[in-house]
Amino acid sequence: MSTEMAQILEVIDLAKEFPEVKAVDGISFSIKQGSCFGLLGPNGAGKTTTIELIEGIYSPDSGEVLYKGKHRANRFKEEVGIQFQNTELPQFLTVRETLEMFRNLYGRKADLKGLIESCRLQEIYNQDNRKISGGQKQRLLLAMALANDPELLFLDEPTTGLDPQARRYLWDIVQQIKSNNKTVVLTTHYMEEAQILCDTVAIMDHGRIIAMGAPESLLTKYCSGTTIVLTRNIDDSDLHDIPGLLYRKEDKIEIQTDTPNECIKFLLEKGIDMSGMSVRSQNLEDLFLKLTGKDIRE
Amino acid sequence: MWKRIWTLFSARNKEFYRDKSALGWNFLFPFLIIIGFSFIFSEDSQTFYKVGVIQSDNQLVTSVNDEHLNTFLQTKYIEFVPFDSDEKALNILQHHKIDLVINPAEKQYWISDSSPKGYIAEKLLWSGKIESKVEYIKQNIDGWEVPYIEWLFPGILGMNMMFSSLFGVGYVVVRYRKNGVLKRLSVTPTRPFEFLTAQVVSRMFLLLVTTAIVFVGCKTIYGFENRGSYVSLIFICSLGGFSMVALGLLIASRSSSEEFAGGILNLISWPMMFLSEVWFSLEGSEPWVRKLSSFFPLTHLVDCARRIMNNGAGLFDLTYQISALAVMSVLFLTLGSLLFKWQRI
Repeated sequence: MSTEMAQILEVIDLAKEFPEVKAVDGISFSIKQGSCFGLLGPNGAGKTTTIELIEGIYSPDSGEVLYKGKHRANRFKEEVGIQFQNTELPQFLTVRETLEMFRNLYGRKADLKGLIESCRLQEIYNQDNRKISGGQKQRLLLAMALANDPELLFLDEPTTGLDPQARRYLWDIVQQIKSNNKTVVLTTHYMEEAQILCDTVAIMDHGRIIAMGAPESLLTKYCSGTTIVLTRNIDDSDLHDIPGLLYRKEDKIEIQTDTPNECIKFLLEKGIDMSGMSVRSQNLEDLFLKLTGKDIRE
Repeated sequence: MWKRIWTLFSARNKEFYRDKSALGWNFLFPFLIIIGFSFIFSEDSQTFYKVGVIQSDNQLVTSVNDEHLNTFLQTKYIEFVPFDSDEKALNILQHHKIDLVINPAEKQYWISDSSPKGYIAEKLLWSGKIESKVEYIKQNIDGWEVPYIEWLFPGILGMNMMFSSLFGVGYVVVRYRKNGVLKRLSVTPTRPFEFLTAQVVSRMFLLLVTTAIVFVGCKTIYGFENRGSYVSLIFICSLGGFSMVALGLLIASRSSSEEFAGGILNLISWPMMFLSEVWFSLEGSEPWVRKLSSFFPLTHLVDCARRIMNNGAGLFDLTYQISALAVMSVLFLTLGSLLFKWQRI
């Protein structure tokens, strides 16, 4: 097996239960060295618990996590980088001091100059941590996760709460990290993010993986069709015979269909107001809807 | 390992000295206390009893045709408050704001039977009439008297160290746990021992530096003397400070709620402040109070510091207190390390 194809991480039948909730329910997957693996799902699906079980924050009730084919040992902490979903930065330190502090906690260190450039921290390098914006904070947290030049990088919802521009900024950085043959494990509930960044995605719901594979192959397998989106203020009582799957959402109606022409003909025949209608090819959000019957952001 | 400890030590120190409000308070607090208490307990302003004197022109008479009353009016530590009517004075007496009311013109006085201070004030009023049949020779303690401020200062120093240790470590570790900084550190190669060592060393360093500055500052202002050795004093401050830092770590070993930790810290620090002879001696108090007091590290710290500074005691004279502080330090640190959790539970 070539190095590129080697599995850097294997998760075998992992389970974790908290009082009143089974957070992770016997999941298994493996991640290839140099790839980007995405855990997708709505809030409460078990993504963060899964990633934190792998990181060693929690001990699993059952199952195993193998790093480079072995149980995680001391070198695991030296070789992985972690960005949590919610972490406060150390107070009263500058960006430079924070980065230097985290670098000094590791035996192996990333090149500081390269780190600053790749995470685009030049402008805020000497700024107090308390005075940086949300997007800048996320980039600093990412730089802290990269402080030890990790082989495996965990990013838990790295773009949640960021504006679209800051999000794209972070995607560029992650793609750059990927291009350096680093392995990235990412959780997100943004399907677009997963489609752009991930080589493999595992869609989670209620602690279980309900679909897994490359985004394109999942779409080919489950969602080769088209999605028609209508505004919600129409009379939809006559639509039950429509040639497709109909989902009523809070502010819109979505119809997933393999025969868009027939669908539109049906709508015209029923005299449905189609102003504001949009037609698009299906994406991972449609896949999640199809698999669970609910919206990923519910 | 040493590099990680040094890194965390430096980061904590920077956090401390850049937090200007906390830094300022650390220095200012003991000065304010000393200034306040030196004023309150100065001879001029120190009064233990208040006596109302009824005067027709609202001026306290300086010459009354009554030798006994004149003697009484010159008693030190009693404040004589003039009143223009019985009614006003008695109303104040009813509310225990004064301890005795005297009307020289009418040859009358009033006290409240339920007031212990009124009872003593009455005794003082009559003390001039008592002619002692026993001959006692008055002796002064000039030469080895400890001025009140010199007795008070080691207590204030110890109290400042206590607050700095308990809250400076306990509160900070709980805040780190609450805001996820500890969780972030837990996934680096940093071990709990390294983190805790850095916190202890940092706080000890800051504690000794601030204590030294406060000591020098107060000594310069008030000019009191240290009758013992400075080495002994530094040793005792280090050991006492260490035991209280260890207690702070024990309190912060698990909690992630600042409110809860704050409550526990207050629950410990307030009794410690009042029962460790910082403000007043426990001489003559109930045995259980003295027993309880012996479980507080501050009691031994203050006792040692006073005996060194006021009496010039050496470390060998303080074997019991030093042993108690050492045992407490080891106990608190061991328990704190064993119970320590990086994350919220």
